[in-house]
Amino acid sequence: MSSDVRFTDFKSDKQPTWCPGCGDFGTMNGIMKGLAETGNSPDDTFVVAGIGCSGKIGTYLRSYALHGVHGRALPVGTGVKIANPDIEVVVAGGDGDGYSIGAGHFIHAVRRNIDITYVVMDNRIYGLTKGQASPTSREDFETATTPEGPKQPPVNPLALALSAGGSFIAQSFSSNALRHQEIVQKAIEHDGFSLVNTFSPCVTFNDVDTYDYFRDSIVDLDETEHDPTDRDAAKEKILDSEKEYIGVLWEDEDAVDYNTAHGVEGNMADIDESGAPEGATDLVREFY
Amino acid sequence: MHDDLNWAIGGEAGDGIDSTGKVFAQALSRAGRHVFTSKDFASRIRGGYTAYKVRTSVDKVQSVVDRLDVLIALTERTVEENLDELHEGSVIIYDGERTEFSGFEVPEGMVGLDIPLKSLAEDAGGALMRNVVALGAVCEVAEFPIENLDESLRKRFGSKGEKIVENNKEAARLGADYVDEHYADDVGTLDYELETTDNDYVLLNGDEAIGMGAIAAGCKFYSGYPITPATDVMTYLKGRIEEFGGHVVQAEDELSAINMALGAARAGARSMTATSGPGIDLMSETFGLVATSETPLVIADVMRSGPSTGMPTKQEQGDLNMLLYGGHGEIPRFVVAPTTVADCFHKTVEAFNLAEKYQTPVYIAADLSMAVTEETFAPEEFDMDAVEIDRGKVVDEDEISKWQNEKDQFKPHAVTADGVSPRAFPGTEGGVHMSTGLEHDDLGRRTEDTDERIEQVDKRNRKVETAREEEDWSPVEYGDSDADTLVISWGSNEGALVEALDFLEEDGVDVRVLSVPYIFPRPDLSTAVEDAETTIVVECNATGQFADVIEKDVLERVDRINKYNGVRFKADELANDIKEVLA
Repeated sequence: MSSDVRFTDFKSDKQPTWCPGCGDFGTMNGIMKGLAETGNSPDDTFVVAGIGCSGKIGTYLRSYALHGVHGRALPVGTGVKIANPDIEVVVAGGDGDGYSIGAGHFIHAVRRNIDITYVVMDNRIYGLTKGQASPTSREDFETATTPEGPKQPPVNPLALALSAGGSFIAQSFSSNALRHQEIVQKAIEHDGFSLVNTFSPCVTFNDVDTYDYFRDSIVDLDETEHDPTDRDAAKEKILDSEKEYIGVLWEDEDAVDYNTAHGVEGNMADIDESGAPEGATDLVREFY
Repeated sequence: MHDDLNWAIGGEAGDGIDSTGKVFAQALSRAGRHVFTSKDFASRIRGGYTAYKVRTSVDKVQSVVDRLDVLIALTERTVEENLDELHEGSVIIYDGERTEFSGFEVPEGMVGLDIPLKSLAEDAGGALMRNVVALGAVCEVAEFPIENLDESLRKRFGSKGEKIVENNKEAARLGADYVDEHYADDVGTLDYELETTDNDYVLLNGDEAIGMGAIAAGCKFYSGYPITPATDVMTYLKGRIEEFGGHVVQAEDELSAINMALGAARAGARSMTATSGPGIDLMSETFGLVATSETPLVIADVMRSGPSTGMPTKQEQGDLNMLLYGGHGEIPRFVVAPTTVADCFHKTVEAFNLAEKYQTPVYIAADLSMAVTEETFAPEEFDMDAVEIDRGKVVDEDEISKWQNEKDQFKPHAVTADGVSPRAFPGTEGGVHMSTGLEHDDLGRRTEDTDERIEQVDKRNRKVETAREEEDWSPVEYGDSDADTLVISWGSNEGALVEALDFLEEDGVDVRVLSVPYIFPRPDLSTAVEDAETTIVVECNATGQFADVIEKDVLERVDRINKYNGVRFKADELANDIKEVLA
């Protein structure tokens, strides 16, 4: 990894097609800055995204990238990280992509503690399909497909992550640029699965969870006595549905990431091209 | 004197049927005899009828036949289930002391050996060894020295200590002695004598051969979700692939499995997953992404009876249409179909080369019959020295500039004459790029430009044309090449068909057989069909999916033999089917 990397190196020459004012701009900038600040280069970084507005990130952020199918970005990132542990893997998703269609993969990536940074652009709505309720939408959030609101509680991604044994759980607000970048940086530096649920307002379809709403209601954990290594304190805040916390809620510094736990090392792209690997003949002997 | 033997042990799942069968099959194989095993099993953990069948001969055996010579019946139902295959002179070994055999009558003309299996096992050290007592009895019946069991008993029980191995050897001896003492005259008239040879054989099944092929090909990453009958591929790789620097992940579902494999492949690893029909359904969406992002990936479909959950433990070749056409949009792919257990090894190696040379997903169309069947082979059939690796157009930092545009951007989907673009693995300086399931330009970026769309679609499809020309897609031929009757087969039917030739020959019926191991691209069969008076396509499905494909290729109707009751073709049965079509 080269030390002279600037965050602009992570910028592609494509202009984002996100709506003007979309929270995703800030979320992405934080990822690019976080990557550059932690000494990664585009050549050694792999960004995976699923479907939806969040899925476009691979086009605008310059790195090795895959824009996959809906909800499956985490398994792709997992495959990349296992095959080459030296690559920095960031997965970006939306609330629908990550907590609805991809909810199962989310839980399993968390419990696998694979060393990837998962940034969810949470705007509490489906934007690209033009304004339907998402899994994080409020119970009474009225949309064309939920005229009386979803009438079911929103998913609490932080609680899901904690219950699945998550080793790094954070929340962020895309508009607080420096703070967001700092949280993403910590997530990248963490050895293990890092969740950064990022409030990333949708200016077109969500008139409830707006910039103003978040500005007024977020509580920055850095301005509290919160100790991110205190799991009980983290639990209490994660289950507090009255407040919108940002910052690192929980970090288990002793957690062992997947590759370490399984002794996976080395770049699996390197194979002996002269023929079957050495020792393969012994495999046949086993069947005598 | 009979040297061929069709033997089975049957009872309830959980009775140790499989391990007993395997001990005997290995003993025969180690003694230089050919073995072909098959399993009747139900989709449950305990209880329910299950059987392990072993056919053995000094000559090559490669199918099952409709005949059972010696049966160890742990339950009375085992006899009922196999009545069709038992014949006059068949030996039934049972334990009359078991309550469920009270009132059991040995079918007329058969030789019943009532042996106190459990009591003798207890004499040897424990009731659990009753199956081994029965194995000893079989050895005596078939004049196969019980010492031949020693090594496979050691393989099976060695981890439990020498005492257990010795007890088992004793159990086998007690079984053999009991037959000698009480039934010497009965079995003497059967006149069996299983000859041993110095031949050096290995015994393995198709799933294991696929796993071994993957390691041989340099596969480093496998992700899968357990499903019958593909799970053994994962079981085989786990604990072995690690020794070669690889890793196996048991994913949370098939969607995850294929996406993980895709991720590993993007990172540059030779990567694979295996599943069965229902799993292929789940993987279909990502299959399209794999193809359009031009990622090399090997996906083995070990077919079972469908649709839906169908009959999970039964044979069928019903997924062919899905493998050929599955997925929305038009997807360039390869479909290779191994025809024997050994071919599972070769086709897997080949699948990795095809995948990387042409940057496409490759389906291995295997099936339950070959996956769970153990067959003997000379170890040379799995020649590791003959394995060739072709990684295709992988570019490193020195060559990268050749594939960059004027802005030094790498072109992962560069439009080329052969349709194949360069690949740069993450970590390669100057190779940064994205890939997407959206239609994209040569940089991998989304496009809705009509010309670029056509360019990319044509480019991807061109790979198939290149492969058609560059690779050898020939079928394997058997029988009489001048015969008027052409029989075409794919997948695991080959063995039964080859043996059916002997039965047909006895009746003066000449047949030319083409066993097709490549479904897409596939060999040009038009001349062979034109030359034949009758063409019959043999497959384990109801509608004749491969026959449909051939008809489309040759614009000619073909005859069909379809079997879809869940059981593989038997050589003698297939011979009769062919005669019926010709009649």
